[in-house]
Amino acid sequence: MEALIALVIGLLAGCGIYLLLRARTFPVVLGITLLSYAVNLFLFVMGRLSIGVPAIIEPGRSAYADPLPQALVLTAIVIGFGMTAFVVVLALRARADLGNDHVDGREP
Amino acid sequence: MTQLALIVLIPFIGALLPSWALTAGRLWSAWVTGGVVVSALALLVAPAWAVMQGETLLWQLDWLPALGLSLGFRLDGLALLFALMILVIGLLVILYARWYLAERDPMGRFYAYLLLFMGSMLGLVMSENLIQLLMFWELTSISSFLLISYWRQREDARRGARMALAITGGGGLALLGGILLLGEIVGSYDLSTVLAAREIIHAHPLYLPALVLILLGIFTKSAQFPFHFWLPHAMAAPTPVSAYLHSATMVKAGVFLLARLFPALSGSEAWTWLVAPTGMATLLIGAYTALFKHDLKGLLAYSTISHLGLITLLFGIGSPLAAVAGLFHIMNHATFKASLFMAAGIIDHEAGTRDMRRLAGLWRFMPQTGLLAMIAAAAMAGVPLLNGFLSKEMFFEKTVYMATFEESTWLLPVLATIAGALAVAYSLRFIHDVFFNGTPTDLPRTPHEPVRWMRVPVEILVVICIAVGIFPSLTFGPLLAVAAGATLQAPLPAYSLKVWHGFTPALGMSMLALSGGALIYAIRRPLFRWHERTLGQLDARWLYEVWERALLQGSRVLDHLIHRRSLQDMLAVLIIAAAAMLLLGFWGMPLTGSATLTPLDPVSAAAAFCLAVGALGTVVLHRQRWTALVMLSVVGLIIALAFVKFSAPDLALTQLAVEMVTIILLLLALHFLPAETPRESSLARKLRDLLLALLGGGLTTVLTWAVLTRPYDSISDWLLRNSVPGGGGSNVVNVILVDFRGFDTLGEITVLAIAAIGIYMMLRDLRLEAPRADAQGRPWSSDAHPLILATFSRLLLPLALMVAVFILLRGHHLPGGGFIAGLIIAVALVMQYLANGVLWTQTRLSGELHPLIGLGLLLATATGLGSWYFGAPFLTSAHGHWSVPILGEIELASAMLFDIGVMLVVIGITLVILIRLGRIGLMQRRAPISNSDPKP
Repeated sequence: MEALIALVIGLLAGCGIYLLLRARTFPVVLGITLLSYAVNLFLFVMGRLSIGVPAIIEPGRSAYADPLPQALVLTAIVIGFGMTAFVVVLALRARADLGNDHVDGREP
Repeated sequence: MTQLALIVLIPFIGALLPSWALTAGRLWSAWVTGGVVVSALALLVAPAWAVMQGETLLWQLDWLPALGLSLGFRLDGLALLFALMILVIGLLVILYARWYLAERDPMGRFYAYLLLFMGSMLGLVMSENLIQLLMFWELTSISSFLLISYWRQREDARRGARMALAITGGGGLALLGGILLLGEIVGSYDLSTVLAAREIIHAHPLYLPALVLILLGIFTKSAQFPFHFWLPHAMAAPTPVSAYLHSATMVKAGVFLLARLFPALSGSEAWTWLVAPTGMATLLIGAYTALFKHDLKGLLAYSTISHLGLITLLFGIGSPLAAVAGLFHIMNHATFKASLFMAAGIIDHEAGTRDMRRLAGLWRFMPQTGLLAMIAAAAMAGVPLLNGFLSKEMFFEKTVYMATFEESTWLLPVLATIAGALAVAYSLRFIHDVFFNGTPTDLPRTPHEPVRWMRVPVEILVVICIAVGIFPSLTFGPLLAVAAGATLQAPLPAYSLKVWHGFTPALGMSMLALSGGALIYAIRRPLFRWHERTLGQLDARWLYEVWERALLQGSRVLDHLIHRRSLQDMLAVLIIAAAAMLLLGFWGMPLTGSATLTPLDPVSAAAAFCLAVGALGTVVLHRQRWTALVMLSVVGLIIALAFVKFSAPDLALTQLAVEMVTIILLLLALHFLPAETPRESSLARKLRDLLLALLGGGLTTVLTWAVLTRPYDSISDWLLRNSVPGGGGSNVVNVILVDFRGFDTLGEITVLAIAAIGIYMMLRDLRLEAPRADAQGRPWSSDAHPLILATFSRLLLPLALMVAVFILLRGHHLPGGGFIAGLIIAVALVMQYLANGVLWTQTRLSGELHPLIGLGLLLATATGLGSWYFGAPFLTSAHGHWSVPILGEIELASAMLFDIGVMLVVIGITLVILIRLGRIGLMQRRAPISNSDPKP
C-alpha cells in the first residue's frame, strides 16, 4: 500500500508541475490544484497509514490515527481553496486589464 | 502596573482619532490629539509619583519565556525623564502645529503620524525587554520616516526621509546584532538582569563586537559623525516635526540608549576610546558647520548634531559625574532647542523665508518672538542664568577634571572651549542676522507677529529655560536625581546644581568661550570667504550617495541576472532548485526503512487507477479546458475517498465540500476565459517540462516512500490523552483546531479573510466580456432554470442548513465542525443561485455577505479574548454540562463559539467569491440566466 501511495503522490506532483509550467492561466490553476492535492496527501500520510481507527476517542480503544497531520491538512485544504480562488480571480482580472490570459500578461 | 502598558498604548490607539475628528473641524482635530496626550500624561502621574520616591515600576506579560521574549514595561527615573519630555514637548508641538500647518496640509495625517511616533518613543524608553526595545526603536525609524516625508509632493522631503530611514534603519540592524549578542552573553533580554551583569559582560570575549554593534545603532540614530549627514536633510520636514524629532525625541533615542546601557557597557577602555572621540568629533564638526549655514533650520540642525556630540562625549568620559552632566544637558537641550525650532518656524511662517542672507531687522516687526528667540539662543550659547549655562559649565568641569587627573593632556579642555566659542558664535548669528543687521530688503511677505497661540509653546519653554537657569535644584533637580540614579544603577555621586560655584577653571572656560564666540562672529566675513573656498566644498553626503548608487546598480545587475521576466522560466528555476536541495539533503541515505508495511487491497488499487487516469487525463486534455476540469474533479473525489479509507473522516468531509466549491469556481472562471488553450509550446519546451515533471514527481515518490517505510514516534499521544479531559471533545482533530492549536486556526481564518478582501477588491468594477457563443460557434443557451432542479433546490435548502447545524454541533465529538459546516451552508446557498438564478435569489437573500467574514473573525477573536476576563491565557477553552428542558443533558464548550466564528468566515469568503463572480456574468448578459452552466 505504501508504494501505491508514494506513486500516487508522485504522479499528482508530476502532473501538477507539468501544468504549472504551461503558458496560460487556466492550466496553471489546474496545476496548482493538482499540486495541492499532492501536498495535502503527502502531509496527511506523514502520520502513516492507518485503517479503521479514526481519531475519535472511544472507551476501550487504544489505536488511533495520528490526529495532528489531519488537523494541519484540514486547514490546508480550506486555505488551498482560498489560494486557488485568489489565483483564479487574479487570472480573470489580468485577462480583463491586459487583454490576454498568458501568465506573463503579454502574448508571446 | 497595567498603567505602564496603557501609557504606551494610548498614542497608538489615539492615532486613529485625529482624521476622524477632522470632520468636525481643524481645531477639533488638534483638541482630540492633545486630549490623547493629556490622558497619557494623566495616567503617568501616579506611577511618576512612585518613581520620584525612588521606586522602579515593572510590568511584565510573558509571551515566549523559553526564548526570552516577553512584553515588559519599566518606569524608572531615566524612563520617566524621557517619557515626560516626549509627552510635554509633544503636547506643545501639537498646539504649535495647529497654527503652523496650512489649510491645504492634511492635518489628520500629520497628527496621526505624530501620535504613532510618540507611542513608539514611549515604548522605546519604557521597554524592559531589549528585543521589545528594538521593535520600538525600528518603529521610531519608520514613523519618523512618515513624518519627515509629510510633504510628500516635495522631492527634498522624500529624499531626506529616505536618507534618514536608510541610515537609522541600517543602524537598527547593527543594534539588533548587538542586542542579540548582549542577550547571548547575559542569558536574558530583561533589562534588569542585563544592567546587573556588568562583570559578566565585560569579561566575555564577545563584549567588543556587541559594544561596537550597539554603538553603531546609537551613533546613527543620534547623528554622530560620520553618520550625521542625514539630520540636516531631515529638515525638509515641517518645522513642528523638526522641533519634536530633533530636540526631545528621535535623535535623543540614541543617547537614551547610551544612558540606559551605561551601567552595563561603560567603564572599559574600548568604551572610552569609541564613544568619547566620536562625541568630540561630532561636537566640533557640528558647531563649526552650524556657523556657516545660511538656512535657519540648517544652523539649528548642525547645532543639534553638535549638542548630541557633547552629550555623547560626556557619556564617553564614563565617570558618574559626567553621566549626570550628560543627563542634565539632555533636559536643557530639549527645552531650548525645541523653542528655537519653533521660533525658526514662526519666522519662516511670517517672513516667508529661512535664509539668513535675506532676513534682517525683524526686531521691528516681531519684538516678542525676537525676545523669546534671543533668550533661547542665549541658553544654547551658554549664557549665565539660563539652563544651557549650567550643563555646559558641568561639561567644562568634567573635561578639566579628565585633563588634570586621568589623562595628562590639555587637548580636551582646549577643544571643548573652542566648541563652546563656536556655539556662542552661531547663536549670535542666529539672533543678529535675523533680528538686527539692517533692514530687510527682499522678503516674500511683510513679517508680523504670529497668532497668539503659536507663540504660547515657545513662551512656556523659554520660561522653563529661565527658571532652570536660576533655580536649578528646585526645578529639574529632583527629576535629575532619580534619572541619574536609574542611569547609574548606583548611589549618586556628590554634585551641586548651583549658578555660582566660585572662580573655577570651568567658569574661566565659559568666559573664554563667550568672548571667543563674539570675536569669531566679529570676523565672520573673512571667515565665510575662507570657508567657501576650502572646507565648504566637503559634504559627508557624497559618501552616502556613492554607496546608494552602487547598491542600486548592484541590485539592478542582480535583478537582470536572475529575473528572466517569464513566469515559466522562474518556476522552472524554482523546481530545479527544490529538486537539487532534496537530492543534496538526502544523498546517500537508505531508501527503504524498517517499518512494517500495510497490505494492498484490490479496491484501493482500482481507486488509485481511477485517480491516475484523472490526473493524466487532466494533463493530456488540458487544452480542452472543460474536459480537463471534469477529469480534475475525479481526482478530488478519489482523494476524499482516500481520506475515508485512512481514518480521516473530517478530512473527507472537508475535501468533498471544497471540491464542490472549487469546481463551481473554476466553471465560473472558465466562462470568462478562452475555452481552449492554443498550441504554442515548442517541442523543446514540452520536453523540458516533461523532464522537470518527471524529476519532481519521481523525487516526491522516493521521498514519500522513504518516509512511509520508516517507523516513527508521534507527539500526538498527549493530544489523544488530553482531548476529552482537557478540551472537552472526543473528536481529537476538531479539538486540535479549536482548542490545542486554536491560535493557529485563528491565524488561518485571518489569512482566508485577507484573501477574501483581495478577491473582493479585484472583482470590484471588473469588466469582462462573456462570450456569446462557444468555440464551435454555437450560441450559449438562454434557457430558463430547469423547473425540477429549481423546485428541489428550494425544498432542499432548509434540509441542507439543518445538516450544517448538525455537523457544526456534533463537530466537537464526531466528525464535523465549523470548517465543514461553513462549506455546507455555502454550497447550499450557491445551489440556490445555480438553480434559480442570481436575480431570484438576490430578492430573497438581500444584503452583502462580506460583513460575515468580519463578524466571524470578531467572534473567534472575542472568544479568545473572553478567556482573559477569567484570568486565563488567550484562547483557553472552558466546557461543561448543562441540562436543557426537552433536549436533556448537553455538553457545551466555549470552543463552540470559536468554531461558529470559523464557520462564518468560511461562509463569507466562499459566497463573496462565487456570488460576485456570478454577478459579473449577470451584468454582462443582463438576463437572469444561470451563470455557471458551461454547456453550450
